[in-house]
Amino acid sequence: MISLQTYLIISALVFIFGLIAVVNKKNAVGILMGVELILNSVNLNFIAFAKYVDLSIKGQIIAIFVIILAAAEAAVALAIVLNIYRYRSTIDVTTVDLMKN
Amino acid sequence: MVEIAVIIALLPLLAFVIQIFFGKRLPRQGDWVSIGAIVSGFGLSLYLFIQMLTRYDPGFVITESFTWIDLGSFKINLGIYLDNVSITMLMVVTIVSSLVHIYSMAYMEGDPRYSRFYAYLSLFSFSMLGLIIWDNLFGIYMMWELVGLCSYLLIGFWFEKDSASNAAKKAFITNRIGDFGFLFGLLIVVTAIGSFTLTDIAEGVASGKLSGGWLTAAGILLFCGAIGKSAQFPLHVWLPDAMEGPTPVSALIHAATMVAAGVYLVARLFFMLSLDAMIFISYIGAFTAIFASIIAVTQNDIKRVLAYSTVSQLGYMIMALGAGSFTAGFFHLVTHAMFKAGLFLGSGSVIHAMHHAMHKLDVHDDPNDIRLMGGFKDKMPTTYRTFLIYTLALSGIPFFSGFLSKDAILGGTLAFAVSQSNPIHYLLPVFGFAAAILTAFYMFRLVILTFHGEPQRKDLYENIHESPKTITIPLSILAVLSIFIFYTLPGINPFSAAHGWFEHLMAAPASAVAQFSGHPVVDISEHTAHSSHTLAMIISIIVALSGILTAFAIYYWKKMDVEALTEKMGVLYRLSYNKFYVDEIYEATVVRGLLMWNNLLSWFDNAIIDGLVNLTAWITRHTSALSGKFDNAVIDGMVNEIADITQGFGRQLRRVQTGQIQTYIFAAVVGAVVIILVRLV
Repeated sequence: MISLQTYLIISALVFIFGLIAVVNKKNAVGILMGVELILNSVNLNFIAFAKYVDLSIKGQIIAIFVIILAAAEAAVALAIVLNIYRYRSTIDVTTVDLMKN
Repeated sequence: MVEIAVIIALLPLLAFVIQIFFGKRLPRQGDWVSIGAIVSGFGLSLYLFIQMLTRYDPGFVITESFTWIDLGSFKINLGIYLDNVSITMLMVVTIVSSLVHIYSMAYMEGDPRYSRFYAYLSLFSFSMLGLIIWDNLFGIYMMWELVGLCSYLLIGFWFEKDSASNAAKKAFITNRIGDFGFLFGLLIVVTAIGSFTLTDIAEGVASGKLSGGWLTAAGILLFCGAIGKSAQFPLHVWLPDAMEGPTPVSALIHAATMVAAGVYLVARLFFMLSLDAMIFISYIGAFTAIFASIIAVTQNDIKRVLAYSTVSQLGYMIMALGAGSFTAGFFHLVTHAMFKAGLFLGSGSVIHAMHHAMHKLDVHDDPNDIRLMGGFKDKMPTTYRTFLIYTLALSGIPFFSGFLSKDAILGGTLAFAVSQSNPIHYLLPVFGFAAAILTAFYMFRLVILTFHGEPQRKDLYENIHESPKTITIPLSILAVLSIFIFYTLPGINPFSAAHGWFEHLMAAPASAVAQFSGHPVVDISEHTAHSSHTLAMIISIIVALSGILTAFAIYYWKKMDVEALTEKMGVLYRLSYNKFYVDEIYEATVVRGLLMWNNLLSWFDNAIIDGLVNLTAWITRHTSALSGKFDNAVIDGMVNEIADITQGFGRQLRRVQTGQIQTYIFAAVVGAVVIILVRLV
């Protein structure tokens, strides 16, 4: 029987990987992937708690919603990235600094 | 009674209002409105007059008044004061005014401002009648100014002529100088007594509220008004110039009524004149009488001769009042009003004829100049006859009104001189007789040069015609009124009016001044009065005849050459001809002085006042500049400094905004971690 802690630890690791990817990656697509990781770590948490603590399917339902949202978010974000690429011929986020200062 | 008097005064005012607004649109330009008003006034006056004669009461007085302004402790009452003097005066004014109104129909015919002329005449009649009936000095002062205004308007009636508008201004300003004194006298009286009403003033003076020097000062200052209005020396200069006005105006205002208002005022205030004031008044009058008659001798303008004659005769009246001969002075006012108005209307008739003749022949000359006349008696018989009657009356020939009043005045002054201890007062009758001889002389000079002898200008002479009936009828009426009989009834003695209604009804009012203690001013015994009157009568007939004979000798029989005579008189002739240079002296002193004073004030204004203003402006400007600098440097500096500091902070803070989302996220994560750690620990 895998314990709750295991899930939480894995979830935390995934979250940290995602966060590192979001903060460190220069590639916009990489950042999006990091975001997916973060969302999925949250999903993992939801499901783990649903299974071990709540003993209902509420968490699983929320996880499904999050997945759907993540898909939608990824689609919008990718469209933005494609537009950035079209205007600047790069997707390096360090060069996208219109809001600087 | 009182209501009738008020109606008499208000009728011409109504006529004035109608005339000034609708005159031009009425048939005949509305002259009938004014004439109707004044003639009905005459009818009502006649009614009052007949009542007075039937009453035959010398002490008759009726007053009625109401409070006009109530200021608590100080009130101004207005009211009507009717006594024999004012009723007689109403009669005189309405007679002369009616005749002048009728006369003007012909004289002013075709004038572009015909209706306005009648409007002014009505306004004048209203003011003059109002002046007569007021019971208080306040009302009299108002009307006094109003008649002055009318005089101004009518002298300047032909204001297109520079000389007329200048004469109007001169008359107004000269009168204002006299009125200034009047106002001061009024203020003294009202301060001391607290009322304007004549009866209150009499009571106040009698109870000693106003006495001594102040009383004399009040009397003399009030008399200053009369000096201006009655053209006494030294303010006589306006009256001869006033002849620029239409001749009917000269007859009405500048011979019969308005100029007599000064005399009337003195008669009204007779009760409050102290002896010093009376002597002052008397000498002013005596000097004016002789002074003006000397000037009249050499003038060549028919109206100017009459104007100086008027000044001289007014001096006579003033002299008589000052010498205490109240009745004589007022008597002369009445008789003089008739024959002098007649003389002016007669001269107007001549001028009218001359004007038409000149117009016809297209001659541009002065129609008033007696040197262009001569021999008119055949051409203008009615004018000549009436003119001769007036002249005889003015010269003081028995059987005419002037003789009676002039004799009364001369007798009065003689009696005054006799009754006074100081022999210098014999100057008064001497001046009077001298003026009488000159009066007879210059009047006959005028008559002879105008109506007798050879025509000086044949062409004009041929075109002279008698004036129409509207002119000759008033002349005839006034001539009839210059006969002695109207003033001596019920007596019929042509040499003395002593038993006539006039002397009986117009008794001198009792003086309220303490020094006379209720007695007549001149305390003359019956005997002195009688003897001095007889003496005065004999002398005055002699002087009048000698004056007339001299005039005939020089101008009719030509015993003496006029040219040679003027040569011989030299300085005196030039003085008289140039009116003693009074105008020139005023020009040199008063007018020049005033102009210099004006220049001084203007310099003061430009240099000092403007300098101060400019200095203030300079100071203000520099203060503003300084404060501007302070504003720019200090205030703005502070504001800018704060702005700079803020900007500096902003510049530093801007660096935080990297525009890198990752940095922000990193910061957020670090922040979250820090918060969580803090919560956990």
